[in-house]
Amino acid sequence: MYDAVIIGAGVSGSAAARELSRFRGNFCVLEKEEDVCCGTSKANSAIVHAGFDAPEGSLMAELNVEGNRMMGELSEELDFPFQRIGSLVICTDESDRGKLQELLERGRANGVPDLRIVEREELRKMEPNVSDDAVAALYAPTGGIVCPFLLNIAMAENAAVNGVEFRFNTKVNGIEKTEKGFCLHTNNGDVSARTVVNAAGVYADVIHGMVSREKIHITPRKGEYYLLDKSAGKHVSHTIFSLPTKMGKGVLVTPTVHGNLLVGPTAVDIEDREGVNTTASGLAEVAAKASGSVKNVPLRSVITSFAGLRAHEDRHEFIVREAEDAPGFVDCAGIESPGLTASPAIGKRAASIIRGILHLESDPEFCGTRKGILNPSRLSKEERNELIRKHPEYGTIICRCESISEGEILDAIHRPLGAKSLDGVKRRVRAGMGRCQAGFCSPKVMEILAREVPGLRMDQVTKSGGASGLIVGTDKDRL
Amino acid sequence: MESSMEKRELTCIGCPMGCQITVEMDGKEVKDIQGYTCKRGKIYAQKEVTNPTRIVTSTVRVTGNPEVPVISVKTAQDIPKAEIFDCVRALKNVTAVSPVKIGDVILHDVCGTGVDVIATKSA
Amino acid sequence: MSEYKQADIVIIGGGPAGLAAAAAARDAGEDSILILERDSRLGGILNQCIHNGFGLHTFEEELTGPEYAQRFIDMVEERKTDYKLNTMVLSIGRDKVVTAMNREDGLFQVQAKAVILAMGCRERPRGALNIPGYRPAGIFTAGTAQRLVNIEGYLPGREIVILGSGDIGLIMARRMTLEGAKVKVVAELMPYSGGLKRNIVQCLNDFNIPLKLSHTVVDIRGKKRVEGVTIAQVDSHGKPIPGTEEDYTCDTLLLSCGLIPENELSAQMGVEMNPVTKGPMVNESLETNVEGVFACGNVLHVHDLVDFVSEEAENAGRNAVKYVRAMGCPEGGKKTEAVPVLATDGVRYTVPVCVRPDYMDDRLIVRFRVGNVYRDHYIAVYLNDERILHRKRQILAPGEMEQVILDREKLRNVPDLRQIRVCLEKD
Repeated sequence: MYDAVIIGAGVSGSAAARELSRFRGNFCVLEKEEDVCCGTSKANSAIVHAGFDAPEGSLMAELNVEGNRMMGELSEELDFPFQRIGSLVICTDESDRGKLQELLERGRANGVPDLRIVEREELRKMEPNVSDDAVAALYAPTGGIVCPFLLNIAMAENAAVNGVEFRFNTKVNGIEKTEKGFCLHTNNGDVSARTVVNAAGVYADVIHGMVSREKIHITPRKGEYYLLDKSAGKHVSHTIFSLPTKMGKGVLVTPTVHGNLLVGPTAVDIEDREGVNTTASGLAEVAAKASGSVKNVPLRSVITSFAGLRAHEDRHEFIVREAEDAPGFVDCAGIESPGLTASPAIGKRAASIIRGILHLESDPEFCGTRKGILNPSRLSKEERNELIRKHPEYGTIICRCESISEGEILDAIHRPLGAKSLDGVKRRVRAGMGRCQAGFCSPKVMEILAREVPGLRMDQVTKSGGASGLIVGTDKDRL
Repeated sequence: MESSMEKRELTCIGCPMGCQITVEMDGKEVKDIQGYTCKRGKIYAQKEVTNPTRIVTSTVRVTGNPEVPVISVKTAQDIPKAEIFDCVRALKNVTAVSPVKIGDVILHDVCGTGVDVIATKSA
Repeated sequence: MSEYKQADIVIIGGGPAGLAAAAAARDAGEDSILILERDSRLGGILNQCIHNGFGLHTFEEELTGPEYAQRFIDMVEERKTDYKLNTMVLSIGRDKVVTAMNREDGLFQVQAKAVILAMGCRERPRGALNIPGYRPAGIFTAGTAQRLVNIEGYLPGREIVILGSGDIGLIMARRMTLEGAKVKVVAELMPYSGGLKRNIVQCLNDFNIPLKLSHTVVDIRGKKRVEGVTIAQVDSHGKPIPGTEEDYTCDTLLLSCGLIPENELSAQMGVEMNPVTKGPMVNESLETNVEGVFACGNVLHVHDLVDFVSEEAENAGRNAVKYVRAMGCPEGGKKTEAVPVLATDGVRYTVPVCVRPDYMDDRLIVRFRVGNVYRDHYIAVYLNDERILHRKRQILAPGEMEQVILDREKLRNVPDLRQIRVCLEKD
């Protein structure tokens, strides 16, 4: 019997797991995919929002601002890339100035620090590529960008190191209330827990419905994006939003922490909770709207496109609370944007509710810091040579485009909750994320996985677990 | 008497020029060949309409060299087009033993064509 | 600068271009040459190109890729040229300091007098093609699949659709068929194939694999592994025509949609690029705008035939030797104005883009591609306004590289030569 089971190893679940690991107890995360960060957490804008969007007084606003405030220190404790580059909401029509002012006031009411309106000239100095139509912008210096994978992975790894168990490929099919708590029926047998944290992303309403009659309804809201080559990464230096206009909501243009340029998303409600396909119309919309706030976006440098699903709850509000009719069952539901920003605060809130229920005590052995995967390109020449002398794997480059060495890939595989698939390696060390999109390195990474992961043969290596095998047989096997 | 004259249009595969060749046939007899640039083209056309052949390239497994699971091989000469699949099938259960050098015979007289399969890579 | 290793000529890449450049440089009398190769063996992409058809031009026999590569590897070995394998070049300075890394030497730097860029090219990935749909396993570039099959002996799929009719795609259609897979269709966006005609005959027609011109993939299905794709016809702007969609069940989509020269290192050191070829702009010596930095092979412009890569690379090797010899020798610096070579009227680009008559050999090969399929056109060359070449061609296609030869004496005899123009003419 676990003290708490967390359903979902996305950012919310992993944050909750890490926060719970500060306390004494048996905690377990159940994840239906083969790795952490496989749903909404992996495909989004990678933005740390300042917090001026959400309605004043909402939980969304509160946790956004709190999450933003936590992010700097957390990125140091857990060693993941986060940059407070600031954000700009661009107003391209004098008649829309009122909306900009509204955002400014809402932001101030939400407690967002240092917000101000910048005028045309200053704006051009800050962002030479801003649209020629731009008349003013709301500047939020606390806005930032983060690597969503590494934020997620870092929190999960740190939770695992502090004793939280992670079970992958484990899908919750049903939950029964029992005398002592809950019995979760999974494809890998039953799991008992005194309390449950529901951090199931686009499935949070389904999981919630297994124990509660309170209505939660989540709609997967698809967002499609273009990712551009690093050669385009300096096109803007802040996250550029456009003010919603009569033409609808614009797309954002932002650098990523790895130096690429990201453009998107669209917003289309769909039914399929796994419907992460891109569409011709969606991508065309991104391309068309890219020029709304930023001029000359070099869309020729697109290296990939992707789609993610936001877990949109009908009320457009975060639900982080114990279900009234299911004591011990704590929801983290409706975690759409700014969910990534808010995730550390969401995890903290969920963990504190659980602590209150179970009267958990602090664990004096909790270690809140984690060292990320060593990035040799940040070392001096001497340090790097010393590293290669000790560990020659760091001298062999596997991914040419991103200059990722074999040493980094081995680290990604062998650390706690290590990578087991091509995508797992890619999210941890970016091998295959560059301009050739894994053309050259995927056979090599497959070989390394087959060599290093116990019990994994080359022909069993997958792209992302389950039925995503890359090799279907050997030559001539059916001749 | 009924004439069985027939024109066949071919793209020469002798080299990357890819000459468009027209062959006039009377039954199985070649009457005329037009459109080739070099004598290889004429030979190709003659052969292609009477006894088409191809060089077949493939791979076979290798033992004794952990770095090299398979090596590439080819038929030392061209073989009849109709034999291509049989030739590849014949290679299915062939395993070469390292060391192998380019040119080593991997399989003698594949499918009774009189043509050997030879290694095109060392291992 | 004693911490640096020294070499007169550093060659970046030990594929067909780098090997031929090295051998030619050695034969021109240079003995301080270092080849840096990122893979574990010399030969580059030829190691996985196990089909035949290489070497007709160079050796007058038909070789497979590995055999062709071995001939050049043998030349380099016989000439005792230095090379380092598994070595990644991380940067090249304008001062020709090459920074590289491997397991044995760690991070190291080489001060070169001349650098030859011979890094080859890479395939255009799915993302750059903007194909909508899911992103499951089973989408490979043709070259990645080629490596899995030909080097590792694994089958990446059983039921295959190929997008793009570049040569690697055509070759892989046959290759997968011969390994027991079913290739259902090859779709090509353009109204003509990007590959060589002989490959269409030998790789598709021989096996009754349909080639659908003016078609593209408009959807990819399958959440974990490819389950099918939808192909549609496109209009003259390459836009899919609604109502022409056809669904194919398959577990694999292979992409053969063009090759891109790998010029990240070149661009980083300030080498000027030709936006058409995505390779460096070079003069008659195959020298870039950075003095003493030469380029050859697929990093310069994508070739169809390795034979021409070798030939071009040999020139680059000899020119690099000339450059090294002329260094610090004042009369060597006979600066003359470069005459631009213009590509017009159906000619998309030329290599080189300019010529200094005083530096060129007696005969200079100018290579180019046309932008469309042209029937019964003439290839014409003008020196200023005077036409010096007018050669009729039944057919010219973008998939086949063309060449004309310039004669140094002819160039010298034109007073005030301002431009050389290569173009297509109807009559």
